[in-house]
Parts: sequence; C-alpha cells; structure tokens
Amino acid sequence: MKAIRILRRSIRDSFKSIFRNFSLSMASIICTTITLILVAISLFLSYNVRQITTTLEHELTVVAYFKRDVTEEQKIRIENDLKTMENVDEYRIKTKEEWKAEMGKEQEILETTLDYLQDNPLLDSLIVKVKDVNNLKGVAEKLRKYDFVENAEYGEGMVENIIGIFDVISVGTIAIVIALVVVTAFLISNTIKLTIFSRKTQIEIKRLVGASNVAIKLPFVFEGFFLGIFGSIVPVLLSIYGYTILYNTTGGYLSTKIMTLVEPFPFVFIVSGFLVIVGSVVGMIGSWLSVRKHLKI
Amino acid sequence: MKLIKVEHAYKIYKNGTTAIADLSVTIDKGEFVFVIGSTGSGKSTFIKMLYREEKPTQGSVIVGGIDVAKLRNSKVYKLRRKLGVVFQDFKLLPKLNVYENVAFALENLGLPNSEIRPKVLKAIDAVGLKEKTRNLPSELSGGEQQRVAIARAIVNEPKLLICDEPTGNLDPTTSKEIMAILDKINKESETTIIMATHDKDLVNQMKKRVLVIEDGVLVSDTKKGSYKVNESDKNSKKKHS
Repeated sequence: MKAIRILRRSIRDSFKSIFRNFSLSMASIICTTITLILVAISLFLSYNVRQITTTLEHELTVVAYFKRDVTEEQKIRIENDLKTMENVDEYRIKTKEEWKAEMGKEQEILETTLDYLQDNPLLDSLIVKVKDVNNLKGVAEKLRKYDFVENAEYGEGMVENIIGIFDVISVGTIAIVIALVVVTAFLISNTIKLTIFSRKTQIEIKRLVGASNVAIKLPFVFEGFFLGIFGSIVPVLLSIYGYTILYNTTGGYLSTKIMTLVEPFPFVFIVSGFLVIVGSVVGMIGSWLSVRKHLKI
Repeated sequence: MKLIKVEHAYKIYKNGTTAIADLSVTIDKGEFVFVIGSTGSGKSTFIKMLYREEKPTQGSVIVGGIDVAKLRNSKVYKLRRKLGVVFQDFKLLPKLNVYENVAFALENLGLPNSEIRPKVLKAIDAVGLKEKTRNLPSELSGGEQQRVAIARAIVNEPKLLICDEPTGNLDPTTSKEIMAILDKINKESETTIIMATHDKDLVNQMKKRVLVIEDGVLVSDTKKGSYKVNESDKNSKKKHS
C-alpha cells in the first residue's frame, strides 16, 4: 500500500511540476520534439535507402553463356549442380531464341539483322540470381570452370562499385540514426538537468525529511517520462500522416519502379513506436541520472 | 538514556582543514543543548555530522543507535526519519502553502492522507499558525516562516530536533517567540533539542546545557551554562560589523 501511495503521489507530483515549471517543461518538450523529428526523418531515409539498395541488389545477376555445342544433358547437369551450390538464390535457362526476341524488341535493326542471318548467332545462357551480391564473383568463377560454358559475366568492376556505394549509404544512414539518438539523449537529459537544478531545494528538503532516494527520484523519473511522451506527439503525427501523404503522392516509388518506397503500414507505426520509446526512455534515464547528482546531501 | 554518543570524532576536509578534532560528548534523551562557538569553530560541522550531511573522518557518531560513519548514502533516510532539522534560512518550498509544506514531509514517507491530516494540523497548532494554514511562505513574516519550518521538523514526532542557528535571521522579539516554542516542544514531548547559535541573550536567558566548540575542539560543556564569547569571536564580530 505504501509503495502504491508513493507511486500515485509521484505521478501526481510529476504532473504538478510539469505545469508549475511550465516554461522549462515547454523547453524540454520542444527540444524533444525537434530532435525526434530529425530521428524520424533519418529513420525514413535509412529504411528507404535500404529498401532501394536491396531491390537494386536483387536485380544483379550472373549470366553464363553456354558453348554452341552444349548438350541437354550438360544443361541438366549444371542445373542440378546449381541446386546445391552455395549462395545461389534462383536461376533459369534463357535460350538463344529468347535472347533474339528480346533484342528484337529493343531495337528494330537488330531484329532485321538477326532475321537476315539464317543461323541464330546468339548463345543459350543461364541466368543466376544470388543471395549475397558481395559474392557474385565467386558464383561466376564456379560457372566458368565448366568446359561447356563459354563465359560467365556479372558486370565486373561496375558491380563492385555499386555494392561499395550501397554499403557506404547503408552504414552511413545507420550511423546518422545512432548519432541523432545520442544527440537526442544528450539534449533531453540536459534540459531535464536544468529543470532539476531549479528544484535543488526541493530535493534537499526531501532528503532532510527522510524521503528515500527512490521516493525522491520517482516524481522526476515520471516527469521525464511524460515530457518524453509529450515531446513525441508531434513527431509521431508527422511520421504517420507525413509519410503516408508522401507515399501516396509519389505513388510509392521514386523515378523508376525499381526505387520503390517502404509501404507506410505498418512501417509508420514501427517508427512511431520507436520515437515514443526513445523519447520516454531517454527522458526517464536523463531524469534519474540528473537527480542522482543532487542526492549527496 | 543516551540519544547521542560521539567518541573521538574527527572531521578533516579534503583540503586538509581540521573542522573537528577528538570531540567526545554524550547527550541524553530529552535534553536541550546549545552549541556555541565563533565563526569557523566547527560547530556547524558538528551539527551536520548529527544528521549525516557530513561523515566523521575518524571516530564514531551514534545518533539514536545509528552509527553515522557507517551509514551509506542510500540509507541516510533511516536516520533522518528519527530527527527533525531546522535551518536559519527556513528551507520552505515557496509554491506550497503552510499545510502543504508541513504535509510534504509525511507525504514523502508514504503515509496515508487519513494519517497525514491530523498530524499536520497538530504540528501547525503547536507552533501557533492555525489561522494561516492556507498562506504561502511569501505571505508570512520571518518568524512565521521559521515556525512553519519547526512544524515540518516535528510533524513526524522525532526524538531529536536539530536547529542550525534558527534565530539567525530574526529580530530579538521573534527569536524569543521561537525559543518559547522550542522550549515547549522540549518539555511537552521530551524531544531532545540541539541548537547551534550565536545569540548570546537567548543562551544566557534559557539556562540550558552549553557546549562550546573552538577550533574544532570541545572546550567547555556546562549544565545551565551561559554564552562566553572569547576574544577571537569578539574580533571576528568587530570585523563583520
């Protein structure tokens, strides 16, 4: 009962002091709001960049061209080998007729040229998609070892560059999110420190009248929690409505369909949840640590 | 019955200053004791050790059976619940009224409201502020504010009341009123009172036990003593005036 009373009074006191120290509370809330908006923006950027890079990476393939005299048995053999080969996601045989049709569709001149030649000069091929694009080269090398394979290509050089850029972008956006969360923690806890410093006497008196450290800290911890929650309201609303509107306006992709955006639901709710947790937890921890400094009297 | 037992206590600050040196004293339950000494004599350090704002560097300070030297920071509340402290600057919360300031102490101990109300009203009544329960500290005189601080200190019916120059900011008439209240608390509830003061008239008038501390050393301990101002104190007072 005693613990419940202390808890109830702590919640009551936390609300009282939020309103009694209105200007400082507003400063905390605004500071939290601004930093959480930045966190939200970087989260949206990070996830979308990752989504786009993943889609693009999935489009990267190894193309192995069979020699002209390849037999059906050899094709079956390589297909069977691919089933057990490491890092292979999916594969399909693309015949020289398919290539011809595709090329013909792209450029009329190619169609006429190819039609002019009696024999199709193109080669049957095997298109392989891999699980990890970093090891595209490994798969290509394995395919080259078959004596009935003319060559295996994967866009050497360019692919490595693209993968390198994707990796930098991916790590960069994660680093930005982490840095912003740290900055948020620092800003929120500093503002809370100010509000607590202004109530040093209150803490001192509580200590003198025999309140336990936990009983002293609790109202401040709740205050930090509520300030964090209040501060996350605007970022959450902006995330939910802002991102949904952006998604609907762009039709869900940027410039080409390969660059698709992450679908808003449940994505916006996950981001919102994260923002509320960051705001409230940082608020609580910041308060706890700030009060601790004043408990040495 | 011994309430306070100080044995060979030393307090040496980190900068090397010795505030208390080999101080030993015992104080019984129900006693009224003045602690006097010139500025910087160590009387405030002695008082602070009793409610564990300072820890002795060496020796023991036992208050109500609790060894202050061994008391961890997180367990200080166990000692503070047994005593009340009154300061020169009152230390009231400006945004709380008289009732709330006094109730503040009990609320923080987690007592139910049904217990808090009668205790608070009794304490406010004991210091004669029944008519000003809803006033804010800013609406009270210095003497009245000190009475609120006393009410807050006694609301939990402590065995020991520590007063650190409680009349330091008050005029002589108000000081006498405060002393009358403290004397009444001491006699009626047998609360032990230890009071640090500079007020010569009050000490001489009250005829209580007097501890004189000079340069951190207990130089005199007399029953029904009086305020003996030494030369250095006179000099320091002249310098300040």
